[in-house]
Amino acid sequence: MFSVDPRRTSSAKFADVWLGLNVGTDVALSNTVANHIITNNLHNKEFIAHATQGFEAYAESVSTWTLERGSAVTGVPAEAIAELAEAYATAETAQLLWTLGITEHHNAVDNVLSLCNLALLTGHIGRWGSGLVPLRGQNNVQGGGDMGALPNKLPGFQDIVDPEARAKFEAVWGAPVPPEPGRHLTLMFEGMETGDMRAVYCIGENPADSEADVAHARKMLGQLDMLVVQDIFLTRTAELADVVFPASVGWAESDGTVTSSERRVQRVRAAVPPPGDARDDIEIITMLANHMGADWGKPTSHELWDELRSLSPLHQGMSWERLEAEGGLQWPCPSEDHPGSPFLHGWLWTEDLGGRDPSPFSVVEHAGPIEELTDEFPLRLTTGRALDSYNTGVQSGSMQSPIRYGNAIDLSTADAERLGVADGETVRVVSPRGSVEMPVRVLEDLPVGLTFTTFHFPELVDVNVLTNDAWDKRSGTAEFKAASIRIEKLQPVG
Amino acid sequence: MTTTEPVTETAVSLSIDGATVEVPKGSSVLDACNAAGVDTPTLCYAENLTPVNACRVCVVEQEGSRTLIPSCSRQAEDGMEIKTDSERVRHSRKMVLEFLGSGVDLSQAPDLQQWSEVYGADPERYGPSAAKIEEEVRIQDELYIRDYDKCVLCYKCVEACGDDAQHTFAIAVAGRGFDARIRTEFDTSLPDSACVYCGNCVAVCPTNALQFKTEFDLRSAANWRPEEQSVTRTVCSYCGVGCNLELHVQDETIVKVTSPNDHSVTSGHLCIKGRFGWSYVHGE
Amino acid sequence: MADLHFGDDKPNDIERDAVDGVVADTLGPAVVQEHERMVRGGTERRNERRHLLLPVLHALQRAAGWISPGGLNYASEQLQVPPAEAYGVATFYEMFTFTDPGHEDDVVHVCVDAACQIADSEALIARLEGEGKHVHRSPCLGQCERPIAQFIQGRGRPDRVEADSALDQFSAVPQAPASAGNGAMADGSPVRLLRRVGVVDPSSVESYIAAGGYTALAAAIERGPEAVVAEVSESGLMGRGGAAFPTGFKWKAVSEADGDTKYVVVNADESEPGTFKDRVLIENDPFAVIEAATIAGFATGATKGWIYIRGEYPLATERLRNAIAQAHTAGYLGQQINGSDFSFDIEVRRGAGAYICGEETALFNSLEGFRGEPRQKPPFPTTNGLFDRPTAINNPETLVNVLDIVTDGGAAYKAIGTEGSAGTKLFCLSGHLSKPGVYEVEFGTTLGQLLDMAGGPVGELRAIMLGGAAGSFVGADQLDLPLSFEGAREAGVSLGSGVVMAFNDTVDFGAVFTRLAEFFRNESCGQCVPCRVGTVRQHEVLLNSGGNPVNGQSELLEEIDMAMKDASICGLGHTAATAVRSGIALGLIGAQS
Repeated sequence: MFSVDPRRTSSAKFADVWLGLNVGTDVALSNTVANHIITNNLHNKEFIAHATQGFEAYAESVSTWTLERGSAVTGVPAEAIAELAEAYATAETAQLLWTLGITEHHNAVDNVLSLCNLALLTGHIGRWGSGLVPLRGQNNVQGGGDMGALPNKLPGFQDIVDPEARAKFEAVWGAPVPPEPGRHLTLMFEGMETGDMRAVYCIGENPADSEADVAHARKMLGQLDMLVVQDIFLTRTAELADVVFPASVGWAESDGTVTSSERRVQRVRAAVPPPGDARDDIEIITMLANHMGADWGKPTSHELWDELRSLSPLHQGMSWERLEAEGGLQWPCPSEDHPGSPFLHGWLWTEDLGGRDPSPFSVVEHAGPIEELTDEFPLRLTTGRALDSYNTGVQSGSMQSPIRYGNAIDLSTADAERLGVADGETVRVVSPRGSVEMPVRVLEDLPVGLTFTTFHFPELVDVNVLTNDAWDKRSGTAEFKAASIRIEKLQPVG
Repeated sequence: MTTTEPVTETAVSLSIDGATVEVPKGSSVLDACNAAGVDTPTLCYAENLTPVNACRVCVVEQEGSRTLIPSCSRQAEDGMEIKTDSERVRHSRKMVLEFLGSGVDLSQAPDLQQWSEVYGADPERYGPSAAKIEEEVRIQDELYIRDYDKCVLCYKCVEACGDDAQHTFAIAVAGRGFDARIRTEFDTSLPDSACVYCGNCVAVCPTNALQFKTEFDLRSAANWRPEEQSVTRTVCSYCGVGCNLELHVQDETIVKVTSPNDHSVTSGHLCIKGRFGWSYVHGE
Repeated sequence: MADLHFGDDKPNDIERDAVDGVVADTLGPAVVQEHERMVRGGTERRNERRHLLLPVLHALQRAAGWISPGGLNYASEQLQVPPAEAYGVATFYEMFTFTDPGHEDDVVHVCVDAACQIADSEALIARLEGEGKHVHRSPCLGQCERPIAQFIQGRGRPDRVEADSALDQFSAVPQAPASAGNGAMADGSPVRLLRRVGVVDPSSVESYIAAGGYTALAAAIERGPEAVVAEVSESGLMGRGGAAFPTGFKWKAVSEADGDTKYVVVNADESEPGTFKDRVLIENDPFAVIEAATIAGFATGATKGWIYIRGEYPLATERLRNAIAQAHTAGYLGQQINGSDFSFDIEVRRGAGAYICGEETALFNSLEGFRGEPRQKPPFPTTNGLFDRPTAINNPETLVNVLDIVTDGGAAYKAIGTEGSAGTKLFCLSGHLSKPGVYEVEFGTTLGQLLDMAGGPVGELRAIMLGGAAGSFVGADQLDLPLSFEGAREAGVSLGSGVVMAFNDTVDFGAVFTRLAEFFRNESCGQCVPCRVGTVRQHEVLLNSGGNPVNGQSELLEEIDMAMKDASICGLGHTAATAVRSGIALGLIGAQS
């Protein structure tokens, strides 16, 4: 196991080798690995010829990424990159797993594509034990997308611009489906800024705490003509709302399904009744629709699931009864006698590629973080989660965790010494967007120049005041992982 | 999540109390007993942990073997002749249960109490001077308590904390013989140890020596009513792994969270958030 | 494998040096920061180092006088062993302490087991404590021929046994030590296994060679591994550690087992109360053990041998280490031994005070850096032994027999002894005898003849402990008992590890049996319930009855015994009640006495 992470995390301590790359140099590392594999003739030529296209251009594009250049850009020693490349290329099976460290960047899509390139280069895709594994941070991130909660997709990843797909849904729904893709969250905020988005119905999200450059986000939400929030708590976002619908807890007070990282659809069930006037999300939305004059009746989650199955071929075979009996099923599961699919892209290894085009390599270029380090803001700030906490702390905050260390900014020993700050000392953290005060946690194994904090305690420290809302135009994700900051000592020296 | 590719199964055939049973190759003698419909007491065995065969309550008699064999860990072989209710088996099971009952508080281990009755174990006959495990209840945080008076040293918690599940290794067996105990290094408090509060140790404890604090508090208030509790299976909300949860509910309140051992995603194991991160459901 | 967590306790310089002295001098720490942005660690490096845990704990104990939280943390960090596990391993052993002793003196371990108990070890302890010495009551120290046994655990310096200094350690013209008998067997024929004892200089490979050493290894290499295994099989040699398993069968199984990596382990964890033969053999003829282990490696296809020797044998350990170094220099260990393709190395590991580690699978766990808890068998060591590899594990005495088998042939060896028990046997004579010591006899010699060799009993002979604490007692009327495996079996006793301890009629048997029961209580590893609790309940019956269980209590002891015999994991539980029950049967204790 190799761990590639700017910090030597708990997971990194399980690894045989930890590579501490500079924040935002993922493409540089991938391309260097690729070039080393190619120049050492370790790429899977047979697989490349059979199942891919665009290799020549790709090989050309990474050819400048010598170990020396890769090492200079990423900060990782050349030998370590070579070792990683050789181990990955020669392994019988190998997986690349990642999470938001890859995707919360302004060039998130390029980061992901650069990893896909490595899998294509070595044939570590589409077979047992090999693959590309994005790890999801919530129980239903996957399911949300699967169900069409994406601006450009209908349930089952059917394209909204495809008239045939739309017609299928319109027939069942008895209503027209808008033919144009909608907006993702980042574009919505841009719409709020330009004034062409005037009303928001926000369900189960707390952007007033979670958005990068959160001061700006709060301002935008505050300017809306109408903000409706549906949540289980009166979150900071709900506090800004005109109307709040109290909702039930998805996994403990509601019936339905969620879909995990491995595309496994599983049942959630109500175990306790929701408090007070809180209602199930389905009920709230249905009541709202009925109130507005539609006739949606009172559908159960089971009935809604059956409707979804009738429209999404990926889910067709997942009857409610099978989900109950088999402890979940992995899509695609096109028919009731289909066992579900433990991995995807097996077609790459079939004779005729399942009638598809060969999979393309993507030429991707390295582009570091938008915000470069300067004399004024000389430290890199990256953010993430702690084991016992969750996002903005709405759910996890009330748990009495014995291992919670609270909100602190992690600083390397050398930086702490240079700044003259001690472990536990409260400092001012300043980014180009704002500043917060928080205590320092000095860590021996953090690389010099890197700082880290969680964002679980917005009521204590508004960390997202600092983070950069520069975002990837293709995925819509903001660059939470790379801001530039400086640390100011509050207590007098000595 | 399936971790290995399915393999073609071959069967072995053996005799359990005179009845022939077939089980897949690689099955344990215990599996074969189950297949034959023979109920076997177990204590240190759990389907989601590697058998340590330490408690010896599941021993059976194998034709031709000098000593009894642990059914939980011994692989079933073709032609084995197993007796599960011979005089020797009954005696050893009785003595094991009696030994445990004479040194450990089994008051919250109903299964063991029931088996003790079946085998006629009489822990009292060792008299009041018989050595017992006597330890203070360790309450060091709000998530769980450790009451080692009830510990039968089945090793399950150590396995769950170690390489059978959590890979945290916060606890181990320390000392030797009757003085062996489950300990952190130098008995340092749990919050100061490597513990990450996944609660997987609590989940596998067969005698309630490890208890969720919620259960401990309700028991202390004489308000723990398992017979009135409902158990609902659902999915944890805190990440994309898809761990299944069993919500134990009493008086419309979650009082404990477990995870089904037979579920393929994590085989009964959870993390701190899944196990304990539910208080907000009740508005806390 | 793990994201380890270490407390705030830090080592002092002494502790740091002690750990570094073991780790840095061998494989280096498990986690290495090769660059600010590259750290090497992981499961494989961790696993490769785990077996250094016991040596590191020894180093800490010696240097600091105890194993402190800071010292343990540092050891754990260097080896990446979770501190809770390291603590669990350390607390398994008698020789380690976990509270600051508050002084910098050596600690005197005084044996309180049978041979020393009847010589009044309690009086010695009282005297030593009166002198201000720090005394630790110890189980049998393997010096039963010279009671009262003492072992001094050094603080900042090597452990030692003062009685050893009476021996001229590396004398060029060695004297026959008193413990080696008189050079002849009962019928006057010359000793075989002991033939070099007192004759060769145990510190000199030249001396060993001059006495015919290393001819067996040359012969073995000449004839090939299959031939060696065949000769050993033909010889009928059976293990001398107590279980009497056919050695040839074991070697054949290892040589045929799958796998490129195989091991030879010499089980020199001689801890059975009353046993000291391997100590005498190793102290006086260490090269013989090493040569025989090398032959075992050659025959089984192993490339590495380990000698696990009990921690209370400092002189034997030192002589083994010296012998290994000399054998290396002389080309009898290392690469391409004797100019052949065969390469073999031997490493010595010290136990730390745990009787159970003499059980072969417990020994493997201990050597690997885990708690010395026995493993369930099957699988057996021949396929899943040390580090889960095929392993031939043998007792030193067993191995030394192989030298003659290879030189003279299996058939010639088989002609010695009886039909069912080939060869000669070392017996450890102690207790109420005129000349206690190690004596070698042909199998079939009677118990009475053996006692005569040791000068006969002192006082009126009442009983004899045969085979050790795990063996049983026989009465003074059983001196005709032929000492052979089949003879013992017929009489319902066991030769065990060759213990013959005599007790005269002045002995308080109640006290002896109560201590025996206490020994098993203390030495049970605690893993399985029948033994962990059964040994306690047995001891309590003896305590409560003043060592004389009356009728109901005898029956309870029988019930406990049955469960321990039937349901325990290993031999400790299987035999923990044997001696007590034989004592009751003989009337040494119980209602009749």
